Amino acid sequence: MENRIEQVFKQDKDLLNIFITAGYPKIDSLSKISQALINQGVDVIEIGMPYSDPLADGEVIQEASSVALNNGITISNIFDQAAEIRTMSNSIPLILMGYFNQLLQIGVENFLIKCKRSGVDGLIIPDLPVEVYLSEYEEIFKSFGIKMSFLITPQTSDERIKLLDKACSSFIYIVSDNSLTGASSDRFNKKQIAYFKRIQGLNLRSPSMIGFGISSKIMVKEANIYANGAIIGSAFIKALEKNEQMSFIDKLI
Amino acid sequence: MKPTIDGFYGNFGGAFVPEMLHKNVEELKNNYITILSDSEFKKELAGLLKNYVGRPTPLYKAENLSRIYKTNVFLKREDLNHTGAHKINNALGQILLAKKMGKTSIIAETGAGQHGVATATACALFGLPCKVFMGELDIERQAPNVARMKMLGAEVIPALSGSKTLKDATNEAIRYWIANPEAYYLIGSVVGPHPYPDLVARLQAVISKEIKQQLLTENSIENPDYVIACVGGGSNAAGAFYHFIDNEDVKLVAVEAAGEGVNTGKSAATFQLGSLGVIHGNQTLVMQNSEGQIIEPYSISAGLDYPGIGPMLAELLTSKRCIGLDATDLEALEAAKLLTQQEGIIPALESAHAIAALEKIKFKPTDVVVVNLSGRGDKDMDTYMNYFKNGK
Repeated sequence: MENRIEQVFKQDKDLLNIFITAGYPKIDSLSKISQALINQGVDVIEIGMPYSDPLADGEVIQEASSVALNNGITISNIFDQAAEIRTMSNSIPLILMGYFNQLLQIGVENFLIKCKRSGVDGLIIPDLPVEVYLSEYEEIFKSFGIKMSFLITPQTSDERIKLLDKACSSFIYIVSDNSLTGASSDRFNKKQIAYFKRIQGLNLRSPSMIGFGISSKIMVKEANIYANGAIIGSAFIKALEKNEQMSFIDKLI
Repeated sequence: MKPTIDGFYGNFGGAFVPEMLHKNVEELKNNYITILSDSEFKKELAGLLKNYVGRPTPLYKAENLSRIYKTNVFLKREDLNHTGAHKINNALGQILLAKKMGKTSIIAETGAGQHGVATATACALFGLPCKVFMGELDIERQAPNVARMKMLGAEVIPALSGSKTLKDATNEAIRYWIANPEAYYLIGSVVGPHPYPDLVARLQAVISKEIKQQLLTENSIENPDYVIACVGGGSNAAGAFYHFIDNEDVKLVAVEAAGEGVNTGKSAATFQLGSLGVIHGNQTLVMQNSEGQIIEPYSISAGLDYPGIGPMLAELLTSKRCIGLDATDLEALEAAKLLTQQEGIIPALESAHAIAALEKIKFKPTDVVVVNLSGRGDKDMDTYMNYFKNGK
């Protein structure tokens, strides 16, 4: 099946994207947790590639990354587990999230080949600026059919959002709040809603998902009003810590 | 040496920042050159450097060292600056810049604490709130500087992640900046996303400007044969080299911290151990493994144990315009002892690495050798006492 990302956004339902740090809590947890998520009806799986210096991550994911690295997680192990997830579902989009240096060391082309082989559909690389992506890498991403998401934040100007939308071949990742500290409330505040409405008003060509600080069913619903889905990261990792991931997802869906 | 419009020195530099920081970095990029070139700004900074910092710092002919090394050794006395190191040149410049940009709070990272102290000092002077991020391990080994920052009114926030040193303090400062984009991030070295490497290099360039003038007016020497500086991120080296880069007759020597030895696994010699990568928003030489995970560096000196190197220095070193040397912990300690006993100057551990390089170069008797003595050793007395108490 080509382009699972496009397929998933064609569905007329509230979409839920769950972020898992690969290698956390155990080195082989990723494929096991993913099987459960697929069974529970999660729509997109976002796989965090643990990095030693995760600049754009809050404490919960930093800590999970550090545990995963101590567990000995490697990129090739992550690709192996992604391939295993792909045998469980041929339709669920798999998105890898990591830092540019991880691609740079393995080689961008080599990395994309591995994505293709293991059934990874798209990437989110927060510290790869759109300008560099467009001038250096867009062509090769296209040639391998690997889709690219871009982040937008409350600070991003309308003009820049349009540029990011144009460059985007996957979904736009709407960062709900600049704070990296994870969930602080179980509702979005007025400022956040106004920001979502501003983006909605731009009528972007790309689908979008809202992430950062989402922890409740109400927020998932709201995210699906103003965008095409919700992304949950830190709150899911916290549920994993307590081994309550199943009931956590049940409450959201 | 100026970077391209995108902030590249050859293959090194650029601005690899998450979208959350795009607006901040762009704002700085669009304003720094205009503000730095403004005559009122220049006058204000020059006044502060003269009457507050105590510039120009002396260029001192070290006769005893010259005799030992059979050449002409001059020390650029950045250790005599207010707050004890070259870091204040940059901190004051950036504080003025932040004020012109309408910023009302300051954050900074620090390794040895010299940049933290310089920033806390500048913030006290201008009445701005200041948060300094510092690795937990560095807080332990540089206690006097932590006490100074606190007395100056800064909040010292321990970085508890990773190796708990400079790289982690930088990560924490950047994370805080993402969450609080209204703050001004006052970077202490020629690292970070463009335009920081260029901004900091321009503010430290006063060092080489003075060296040039002092050699000429006080010693009738047109140019030195060597300029030697230690390199962690590279700000004192960038400043000491700046006005000599285009003159190929001047040999530039960058001395990295080898720690226990370059190949012992406990080192911070990034030029020798690093490969092309991205760290703290710029592409440069980085100590890392085959999967791009950053390796935690080691040096006895808290100001040099950084796993990257400023992009300008990376370009100067790889293009061989600059000679890369290294000094181990022991060599630096011995050099500190030598300088203290021969010249009566106790250097910072960082600067002692530059002094140690004098052992490693075969000079001619006529050579003019300038060593940038970037800081003084008050903060390192515990380390020195521990080392020398065993009769060494």
